[in-house]
Amino acid sequence: MTGPATIFDRPNRYIGQPTPRADAARLLAGRGRFVDDIQLPRMVHAAFHRSPHAHARIVSVDVTAARAASGVLGVWTGAEMAALVTPYVGVLTHMAGLRSAPQHPLAVDVARWQGEPLVMIVARSRAEAEDAAELVEVDYEELPPACDATTALAKDAAVIHADFGSNLAWERKVDVGDIDAAFAQPGVQIVEREFRFGRHTGVTLESRGTVCEFDPSEGCLTMHYSGQAPHMMQVILSRLMSLPEENVRVISNDVGGSFGIKIHTYGDELAAAVAARALGRPVKFVADRMESFLTDIHARDHVVKARMGVTASGTIVGIDMHDLTGIGPFSMYPRTSAIECNQVLNLTGAPYTMQHYRAHGQVVFQNKNLMCQYRAVGHPIAMAVADGLLEDAARVIGMDPVELRRRNLMADDSYPRSSTAGMKLDDLSHQAALKKLCEIMDYDGLRAEQARLREQGIFRGIGFVSMVEVTNPSPMFYGIGGAPIASQDGATVRLDAGGALHVSSSITEQGQGTNGILAQIAAGVFGVDIDRVKVTTGDTGTVPYGGGTWASRGAGIGGEAMLLAAQALKEQVLDVAAVMLQSEPGLLDIRGGAVVDAATGAERMGLADLARTVYYRGNELPSDLKPELIATRHYRVTDFPFVFTNGAMAAHVEVDPETGFVKVLHFWAVEDCGRVINPMLVDEQVRGGVVQGIGGALYEECLYSDDGQLLNATMADYMVPMAAEMPEITVAHIETPTKTSFLGAKGAGEAGTGGAPAAILNAVNDALQPMGATIWQMPMTPERILKVLGKV
Amino acid sequence: MKTKDISVIVNGEEVRASVPVRRNLVDFLRTDAGLTGSHVGCEHGVCGACTVEVNGATVRGCLMLAVQADGATVTTVEGFAASGRSAALAAAFTRRNALQCGFCTPGMLASALGYIDRGGTADRAAIREHISGNYCRCTGYQSIVEAICDVIEERTAP
Amino acid sequence: MKAADFDYLRPSSLAEALTCLSQNVGVAQPLAGGQSLMPMMNFRVATPEVLIDLADIPDLRGVTELDGMLRIGAMTTYRDLTRITDRVPLLGLALPHIAHDAIRNRGTIGGSVALADPAAEMPALLLALGGVIELAGPDGQREVAADDFFQGYYATDRAEDELIVAIRLAVAKPGDSFGFYELTQRHGDYALAGVAIAHAPDLRIAFFGISDRPIRLPELEAALTAGTDPGPALDQIEFEGDLKASAATRRHYARVVLDRALAGMTS
Repeated sequence: MTGPATIFDRPNRYIGQPTPRADAARLLAGRGRFVDDIQLPRMVHAAFHRSPHAHARIVSVDVTAARAASGVLGVWTGAEMAALVTPYVGVLTHMAGLRSAPQHPLAVDVARWQGEPLVMIVARSRAEAEDAAELVEVDYEELPPACDATTALAKDAAVIHADFGSNLAWERKVDVGDIDAAFAQPGVQIVEREFRFGRHTGVTLESRGTVCEFDPSEGCLTMHYSGQAPHMMQVILSRLMSLPEENVRVISNDVGGSFGIKIHTYGDELAAAVAARALGRPVKFVADRMESFLTDIHARDHVVKARMGVTASGTIVGIDMHDLTGIGPFSMYPRTSAIECNQVLNLTGAPYTMQHYRAHGQVVFQNKNLMCQYRAVGHPIAMAVADGLLEDAARVIGMDPVELRRRNLMADDSYPRSSTAGMKLDDLSHQAALKKLCEIMDYDGLRAEQARLREQGIFRGIGFVSMVEVTNPSPMFYGIGGAPIASQDGATVRLDAGGALHVSSSITEQGQGTNGILAQIAAGVFGVDIDRVKVTTGDTGTVPYGGGTWASRGAGIGGEAMLLAAQALKEQVLDVAAVMLQSEPGLLDIRGGAVVDAATGAERMGLADLARTVYYRGNELPSDLKPELIATRHYRVTDFPFVFTNGAMAAHVEVDPETGFVKVLHFWAVEDCGRVINPMLVDEQVRGGVVQGIGGALYEECLYSDDGQLLNATMADYMVPMAAEMPEITVAHIETPTKTSFLGAKGAGEAGTGGAPAAILNAVNDALQPMGATIWQMPMTPERILKVLGKV
Repeated sequence: MKTKDISVIVNGEEVRASVPVRRNLVDFLRTDAGLTGSHVGCEHGVCGACTVEVNGATVRGCLMLAVQADGATVTTVEGFAASGRSAALAAAFTRRNALQCGFCTPGMLASALGYIDRGGTADRAAIREHISGNYCRCTGYQSIVEAICDVIEERTAP
Repeated sequence: MKAADFDYLRPSSLAEALTCLSQNVGVAQPLAGGQSLMPMMNFRVATPEVLIDLADIPDLRGVTELDGMLRIGAMTTYRDLTRITDRVPLLGLALPHIAHDAIRNRGTIGGSVALADPAAEMPALLLALGGVIELAGPDGQREVAADDFFQGYYATDRAEDELIVAIRLAVAKPGDSFGFYELTQRHGDYALAGVAIAHAPDLRIAFFGISDRPIRLPELEAALTAGTDPGPALDQIEFEGDLKASAATRRHYARVVLDRALAGMTS
């Protein structure tokens, strides 16, 4: 009998192969099924009047003209909407001390960020809804805003939620060892820097959107939703709209990128659901690009003051840091906005064996758009701080930065163990990854070239990062704190009468290739050709219950559930086959869509024959045989709060000292995401992640005026990375499967975004070194580089 | 709302409609012609998701009014697929995994065809420059560049 | 983000267009390629009540050559301009920097000149080449030198009831040389700073992206012709800052792009 341990060597082997995704054909033919593609009979369209002020009391709202405007079918003010929706508060019990205020879909008394929705208009067309939104008259009394996170806790700062007495949302302190004593030891040199990380945002090419329809005869709401967690949304809609959970169906078909943006509760989307119920007809809301910039969650926005102590022989003794982050006026519901700071505290220095660690994180409210979980939550900050300080320290003690890493990275045979901050770690390969990285990039050759070019006035830099990535979260991540977010995922595998498999899963597809890897796993484990597997995901009405795809958990958790379900169905089918063939299950196998003799591979019965007999001609079977040609299994991570992956990355850049421009010449990433299910998908995930990381390092920033106006809410002004400036990215792998599952897959979705900023920062500082300058603020714009060079 | 009757040849078929004059071409294609392959990404001409072909030249569907296309010949991703014009690109995009979420893909294909059909060479930097008006948030662009290179090399192979 | 409603007019002659315009002064907006106007309308930053589409007007099309001058119809697209880069080599240097292929297929020289975005390439190119703008209005036709046309942020000498009919540029002669350099963080973006240079045979230098309009400084040209330090002349420029670069950074960039353009002059 084939147990899970041998599934990777079976004849229908797809795990580990660069199998193209079946979805690609449809998307390449213009047959995607995105939310905005949905056209329903009697469907109407929503638009919003949004606050033009960062902080203002709403004195009065006059919607008379808007209601009377051409094509308008419904108008809701904040107060009217609040009467229909239970308020929600973005706190979790395990984030001790975190506080936030009740939120309503539309602001009621006070507007707290520019872009906050105040009034919803539903009209026959989006254009008419926008026309009417312009007719809404709001009398605002502007209030002093608290925009700058660094002054939000000052005594004279405007307090955003008066009941709290201050703008502090949450804080946490970590203190391991004795950092003061360690730094005071003779021979310990201290490097100290202040890092600034600009706000940026996800800029999914498909903006947030929903089509909601309500059937009053059954009291059922269906939300077509561009998002990552359908079951979470089902519970939220049920709770906030007082609908039975079973009367809410959430469907995510094709999702045009998400990256954590589409996993939160947005007032405008909730309002669309409410309007659909009130009007009894489908309501579409698709955010336009300006609404996306103003209201899609932002991320980062950290100021970190950090010190690292290092001995002359290259031992890192510890890190002492303070992280301040601004999260906007509320903590986002239901995941909260304290997670990023928490991750920074958990992850800073996690690859290294240092003995001492002290960190203080403070999360503050401010009158800017909400900040929450965007791809690689907290990772770019943690990695840039630790590895930025490390390379700074290397310069101080005159040691090669790779050598300094080698001396401090945890040994590959030292697991399981804990990080200095107390994270449980296992199955990591920092040393091997760094070694492989140096080989594939020809580190010595690049250094020699760098020295040669410097003599010609060409300033190139090489920068590294050694990183961990949090993946496969257990119930300790959200569920323990009371969030309606499943940590387990389910998979169902069904053998149909024609001998094909229909599989479904609670993880979702946003382009990663989720559906592709599910098919690979099911086909390989069960034993059919992959083109005989059809996959359904993203519909709470039809798929098993589970969390969805986020936190790099799809392959590791949803993939394992699929493996278990496919294995279970195989055993069920072989039980049936053994009776029909008068054999023993252990002597049979399924290969190539047929039951075969396990020893010889000789075909005994096609799967279609078996299934048709079961489904159509049950009379031919013994009456005590109860065939089940469907199996469902669920999986969660049990022994660890998270599974960690690791990677080593390097950037090669050239800085033009006259212009401050940075050209990324090449980027290398060595990833250990455990078992690689599909190298082609993983590699491009890593590359896409790296490019987002480069965006954060060099281009992307939500720029606000002092009074809280977002100044660059267009794609012309907010600079996302485009093809011409991006480097070739070489990806390589170390495969250390996690022991938490048979599949052994960890996760790969966020590594690039988490690691690339640190590598770019280090590379730029390496290039700047001969000019005596360093930079510690991202994005490293040309102007900021010119400033540190003293050119402007 | 002011409207105007227009007639546009879309993917070889005449589409007649009375459209609001303010409706842009991509909204016309999506709502009036029912062709939702062309996507709306930014509505200010930066992202390239709405790129289609009008009278043989690639254009931004959000920066042209539907009424401006009266009498014109428009080809969308659905047309490229149906006629086979994008077949080689589609195969290469699949093989190279040059798409993830697929939202940018129709515009990316239109831009790539604009490059290939005008004799663009398999020069990676030139390809990157040509598609630099098409935003992709998912891939690192590299697989897209490789897929376009593949098609050009296949065409020019002896 | 849908445009506000408007009346759409599509005149078929220049005379008809001018009538449309003069009947709707203050509320009408001519539509050329639309590659800048359409985004502004979609954002509802521009909300014309009447949109006058210039697409069907034969008088605004075509390129003719006479007595060493090219007369380029205002509705000539960037794509069509690529056909005359052998006659106007500076165009060949500048065009690849203008946005992206799909934009260049629609965007027109007349539209760019009429808009007068201070960071756009075409206005500076006209200044460097000593171009002439032909205008038509209710009182007939007139022409304005590029030197006198650009008056500030999106401000030109064009009256509201006038249309740009054509642009006249000199055909390059043997021995003329040209330079162009532009700094953008991303290919195709508006310039952080740029410069277009013509040495034909007089030296004419026009910056863009650094101030409220394209900038040409006779003092600078004189200093460079005489081989003296151009610094004092550059200091006369009123540099403007924005989100992407401060005025001080643009001052620095002006010198960088000048030096790089001069170092890369065609021969």
